[in-house]
Amino acid sequence: MKPIVYREIEGRSAGYLALLGVLGLLAAMGLGSAYYMEHHGHIVTGMTNQIVWGMPHVFAVFLIVAASGALNVASIGSVFGKTMYKPLGPLSALLALALLAGGLTILVLDLGRPDRLLIAATVYNFKSIFAWNMILYSGFFAIVGVYLWMQMDKMMYKYAKPAGFAAFIWRLVLTTGTGSIFGFLVARQAFDSAILAPMFVVMSFSYGLAIFLLVLMAAYAWSGRPLGDSVINRLKNLQGVFIAGALYFVVVFHLTNLYFTKYHGVESFILLNGGGITSLFWLGQIILGSLVPLAMLYHPKLGKSRTAIGVACVLVVLGGLAQMYVTLIGGQAYPLSLFPGYQESSSFFDGAVHGYSASLPELLLGIGGFAVALILVAVAVKFLRFLPESLDNHAVDPHGK
Amino acid sequence: MSEKQTTNESRRGFVAGGVAAAAGLAIAPGVTLLDMAHARPENEAASGKNRWGLLIDTTKCKTGCTDCVTACFTENGVKQGDKETDPQWIRKVELKDLHSNKTASLPMMCQHCAHPPCVDVCPTGASFKRVDGIVLVDRHICIGCRYCMMACPYKARSFVHEPLTDQNPDVPRGMGCVEACTLCVHKIDRGDNNTACAEACKEGAILFGDLNDPESEIAKRVATYASTQVRADLGLNTGVRYQGI
Repeated sequence: MKPIVYREIEGRSAGYLALLGVLGLLAAMGLGSAYYMEHHGHIVTGMTNQIVWGMPHVFAVFLIVAASGALNVASIGSVFGKTMYKPLGPLSALLALALLAGGLTILVLDLGRPDRLLIAATVYNFKSIFAWNMILYSGFFAIVGVYLWMQMDKMMYKYAKPAGFAAFIWRLVLTTGTGSIFGFLVARQAFDSAILAPMFVVMSFSYGLAIFLLVLMAAYAWSGRPLGDSVINRLKNLQGVFIAGALYFVVVFHLTNLYFTKYHGVESFILLNGGGITSLFWLGQIILGSLVPLAMLYHPKLGKSRTAIGVACVLVVLGGLAQMYVTLIGGQAYPLSLFPGYQESSSFFDGAVHGYSASLPELLLGIGGFAVALILVAVAVKFLRFLPESLDNHAVDPHGK
Repeated sequence: MSEKQTTNESRRGFVAGGVAAAAGLAIAPGVTLLDMAHARPENEAASGKNRWGLLIDTTKCKTGCTDCVTACFTENGVKQGDKETDPQWIRKVELKDLHSNKTASLPMMCQHCAHPPCVDVCPTGASFKRVDGIVLVDRHICIGCRYCMMACPYKARSFVHEPLTDQNPDVPRGMGCVEACTLCVHKIDRGDNNTACAEACKEGAILFGDLNDPESEIAKRVATYASTQVRADLGLNTGVRYQGI
């Protein structure tokens, strides 16, 4: 097996510049939206005092969850010693950092007082899972940054395994923290569950790998570098396992709730009569986001087609966004039960299902976060040696450990 | 010379006495009032000896009456509106028992929990509980993340979605921050010993007082009659109690 040679992409083609141009425009539109929201207040969004977290959070939480999942490929190489995954490690870590940066950009710009970011970074309430997450995010940047250095610097490569191990543990804790943002909400029937933390971890495997596969295939196709079926087959099979794993958690979560009478109201809202939320759950999250890509990835013919694998990954990403929407918005749309056993009504919409429709600035802010993440990746692979020159079947070792 | 000195001394004595008498006259009513209201002087911190709270008698609360809501909004400079984005520090909730059809009407506001979930989740500590049990938002360090609104079991908190005008100087607010009932903390701190909602209720359905003071009316009533905490199952030990539900 030849040694793996990493090299920057040329990054001068019209296609590359066009990609940066489009992403730059999307990021600028996102920033413009944030400025507009900050200037006029959240009145220009679809968010209300009933649906307090909206579309920006759907995108932000998705990206943060996907970020830790994107690191998996590197972890499989460093922590579990799978040789074939090692050449993919630097891109995996880079993507993890970029996705987290994109997600946090959205989260910060959606704050009511984004100008007080310094306060959020310096004043902590250590009982708050949100405050823990801020530490977990900063730590993720530091640890994955070091891990990346260890992977890319030949002198330091001997430390890549322990650094990878630390990053792997940290990412598990980080996604546990993200899931617990919702799991710790005792008052909301749709959340308030310990299973949300591991469910988010498994979902992160799936969303992160889907984005990794898309970025990998795009980078190699557009830069004209060889990418063998060995790598793709391994990764797409793994993608299938992760989709099934996430689905398993979703089934257990809802089955448990269905067993408890007190959760029947919220469950029937999500699963049966929640209108758009119900459609998004079944059609978006379950059918298009899970079952269809699962079938495509394991289909004897489609499973071999790069286009089909790409489409399956796009479906997983869209399904992931649908899942976040159902979890976040659906969980808030269903009214809080203040007086169990009573029908409630008030001027503050007690007892009523709350409507929500995202405004354009919110949507643009969310898409802008995606764009920021992808710009970081596109620029980084031009200036630093993240991508192996070749990932064809001979370059990687499909029969290795 | 000595005659002149004597005159001056007696003049000084008169002025000094006059000033002392005037000062006494000016301060005495204040001291008396302070004593009557058991209020603490301005420079004295809130005390953990107090646990301010409300007892709401839902049997006296009338359906359709919103006097407490209007009084609260007027007192705190909150513009009354019915949009989903409008802040509501207090609201009237109408209840109907799903089986017996028994109805009840009651005001719902921040329940000033002893273990407030909003304080637990706040990343910066902007949500805090004073030693006397009042749960507040420090508008200087609230970053507007709204996690407290997600965590509150009572939907008691509002986010300020729009620029504000005509604020009450006693009750500073701000766009992009979260806010809620302060239990009229500014009134408590100046010794009014009551909240705007309790003062406004003609039916006497809202009783304000110190739950920690066994001699107070509220403590006596809570000790004598059955009262309920909303979502008592959460174990938050609310400072607002209800009778009749």
